[in-house]
Amino acid sequence: MSEKLYNNLLFQSIFLMSFLILVGLLIPNWLVFVITKAIAYGLVGLGIITLMRGGLVSFGQGFVFGIGGYTAGLLGTQAGLTDAMLLLFVSFLFTGLVGLIIAPLLARYRDIFFAMLSLAFSMVLYGILIKIDAIGGSDGFVLPESTYFGIKPSSEYADYVLYVVAIIMTGFISILLRYYYDSTPGLIALAVRENELRVEYLGSSAFNVAVLNFTIAAGLGGMGGALNGIALGHIDPEFTYWTTSGEFVFISILAGYLSVPAVFLAALLLELVRSFSGRYFPDTWQLILGLFLILSIIFIPSGIGSFFKQFFDRLKKSK
Amino acid sequence: MVDEILTIVLDGAIYASWLFIVALGLTFVFGVLKILNIAHGGIYALGAYSTATLVPIFYSLGMPEQLVILAMLVSALAVAIVITPIMERGILRRFYGQDEVLIVLVTYAIYLVLEDVQKLIWGMNSLYVSEPRELLGALEFGSLYYVGYDLALIGLAIFCGLFLWFVLNKTQSGKIVLAVIHNPEISGCMGVNINKVYLAAFFIGAFLAALAGSFTAPLISVQVGISVAVVIESFAVVIIGGLGSIPGAVIGALIIGMARAACVHKLPEAEIFIMYFCMAGMLIFKPKGLFQGAQARKI
Amino acid sequence: MSKQSLLRAENVNKSFGAVVAANNININIDKGEKVSLIGSNGAGKTTFMNMVTGYLKPDTGHIYLKNEEITQLDPRIITQKGISRSFQIPQIFEPMTAWENLLIALGTSQKKHSYFKNARSKENGDFIDEILNRFALNEFAHRQVSELPGGVRKLLDIAMALVRKPDILLLDEPTSGVGAEEKYPLMDTIAKALSGQGLTVIFVEHDMDIVQNYSDRIIAFYQGAVIADGNGSTVLNDSNVKKYVTGKTEVKAKL
Repeated sequence: MSEKLYNNLLFQSIFLMSFLILVGLLIPNWLVFVITKAIAYGLVGLGIITLMRGGLVSFGQGFVFGIGGYTAGLLGTQAGLTDAMLLLFVSFLFTGLVGLIIAPLLARYRDIFFAMLSLAFSMVLYGILIKIDAIGGSDGFVLPESTYFGIKPSSEYADYVLYVVAIIMTGFISILLRYYYDSTPGLIALAVRENELRVEYLGSSAFNVAVLNFTIAAGLGGMGGALNGIALGHIDPEFTYWTTSGEFVFISILAGYLSVPAVFLAALLLELVRSFSGRYFPDTWQLILGLFLILSIIFIPSGIGSFFKQFFDRLKKSK
Repeated sequence: MVDEILTIVLDGAIYASWLFIVALGLTFVFGVLKILNIAHGGIYALGAYSTATLVPIFYSLGMPEQLVILAMLVSALAVAIVITPIMERGILRRFYGQDEVLIVLVTYAIYLVLEDVQKLIWGMNSLYVSEPRELLGALEFGSLYYVGYDLALIGLAIFCGLFLWFVLNKTQSGKIVLAVIHNPEISGCMGVNINKVYLAAFFIGAFLAALAGSFTAPLISVQVGISVAVVIESFAVVIIGGLGSIPGAVIGALIIGMARAACVHKLPEAEIFIMYFCMAGMLIFKPKGLFQGAQARKI
Repeated sequence: MSKQSLLRAENVNKSFGAVVAANNININIDKGEKVSLIGSNGAGKTTFMNMVTGYLKPDTGHIYLKNEEITQLDPRIITQKGISRSFQIPQIFEPMTAWENLLIALGTSQKKHSYFKNARSKENGDFIDEILNRFALNEFAHRQVSELPGGVRKLLDIAMALVRKPDILLLDEPTSGVGAEEKYPLMDTIAKALSGQGLTVIFVEHDMDIVQNYSDRIIAFYQGAVIADGNGSTVLNDSNVKKYVTGKTEVKAKL
């Protein structure tokens, strides 16, 4: 009975979430902030690995990241909506909807063409955003401080409260995604990755798989953008720039498409490398990031997730 | 009216020439090595920086002014000679045959490294080398005024394109490269040294990027961040023209150059995103670009 | 035209440039028939098969399944309507196990999917075990298919096509790429697995002994046209078939 409980995904996830929430009380504030940002980036990465499971990699997730961020920001400044949870949820839905609308256009393409078309979308958005002065042009704008159920936390706890909200919402989304990955449609997506022609000849649509996965990725990316904007308290067109999209691709390649927690670990690694090198080597953080990227691709080509999988498979066998 | 059209056409052609030289290297490297090289923009910036360094040295040595072009060529060559073994031999070779998108990510990492390498070597200050631009005087027709150097760029672009086309189609080594593009495995079996072909192709690509940087240096202030826009602009060109196609790069560069020049004069707000717009439009209607045939899929 | 007509091709033409791959083809196949298509390489067998499954669209002419036109439909829709196929080079999901391959085939055949229910359910497992049993694949169930021998890969490819319980099964050279001594055991396994379901089978095959033993009707192709159509002995004794399809080439030199 108890062993069954330990193997239960829901139980494991709630345990991990509680652990992280408690840890958040003990670690310094800057680390809480870094982890929150890592969750934001991880959400976008989670979207890309959902696409990767169906054989696609988007090089333009800055597009949905930006839409999510601006949605949360504009709702905050224009509509006076400041509840962080509501903003995250609405950004998720709205960006998912945008994704659903453009997905049929993108879903016809594969490989480098899919990557480039998604990149083009993000750059068109970038070009538009820096030209709209009403929303700050290339400077962007500041978001109002967040509230939670109508309460505004004191400034020393604001980061921690957002951190808790981010962990809980992301945790449940991750559980749902894991269920999707292991479901029949999730397996069919993996099959599309391997041999699209055969999937069509078995009677399933690779196009539909791509549309669904892109929509999910858009929603996740939008939520990540909103979380990033709320955490920073600021949003600007840089969210949609191609270099930002490159970081998302890096997170998902470093994580691999096998494991959900690996994505957040990869995102955390990226954030840590970024903030450490930003602090100690402010002029060369890109160099360090680049070298870190190259080395991790050389030494862990199939991603951190493959380590996780091997580890758990071995654990199961030893039992 | 006529003047305005002529201005747009000439501005567009000058812009297109510069863009073509960058994109030519990018598309050629993709054609041979199947690598869409983000770091291409970084090599471009290195070309500009090395010219900005070498040309003042050249003048201080009291060399004849007219030979400054030679100094610019040498600086581009130097960049290609240094960067090719490091990038192609040192890093990219490990990833041949792997997923295209993964290799794009690797080149993105190299791009990041090159960004900071520029800062480390040349610092944060802007460099100026406008002297070569005065070399060819100016041309005036009617109300239009053009610097000769700018117009000469059009000639340089045409020369680069024709030269590469000629080498590929009319020489023995060019035909070997074409064979490798067509089928690297079989070419390898027939005794072609694939590694050498890849190295040479990468060198040519890097040289073209650096060359574009060298010859642009007199037109701009050479500073941190000049490569970031080049990456996307040259991507847009090769996407429009079709990955790996030289005629495609010509057309792609012309489309973007003209569209951009038209925007500058007629609709300045759209200047930034017109090329992304062209790229997205082309991908939607003709995803493989103008000059790439459909690939047969076999059961 | 018989009442039970299952698959019917009417005046089907297809050319690739100057090459005529289908020249006014008229074929009617009834339920339960076991039909083999013969002809030298390039005679038009595979083109015909690709047109029936929607991979290629005919230039002119019509194809009907159960009296419903399917000429311009995509492979996916035609598969859903009841025509499944196997491939000359098995199209299987290489990094997965045989069991997982069949799980995916089963998933694609199910109309309703739950997005939050694990695909590895007991009922799916039982169904897959039964299929594995029928094709004598049990011992390979949990091995990665890229490591399996050629004949096993062929069987898996066919088993996947069969999961959906199609009306017509097309087999593209089921014994190609398999050693001579394995051909008969392989065909026997296939025949056993397909028997007793009233399934209509159309297969392309080069080995005339197999053609005679496993089909009750033969259609011979030459340069895109049907040159003979009927039962085994009639077609194989046809003078045109002897000349263009089964005729032995005279050996004029030795190595």
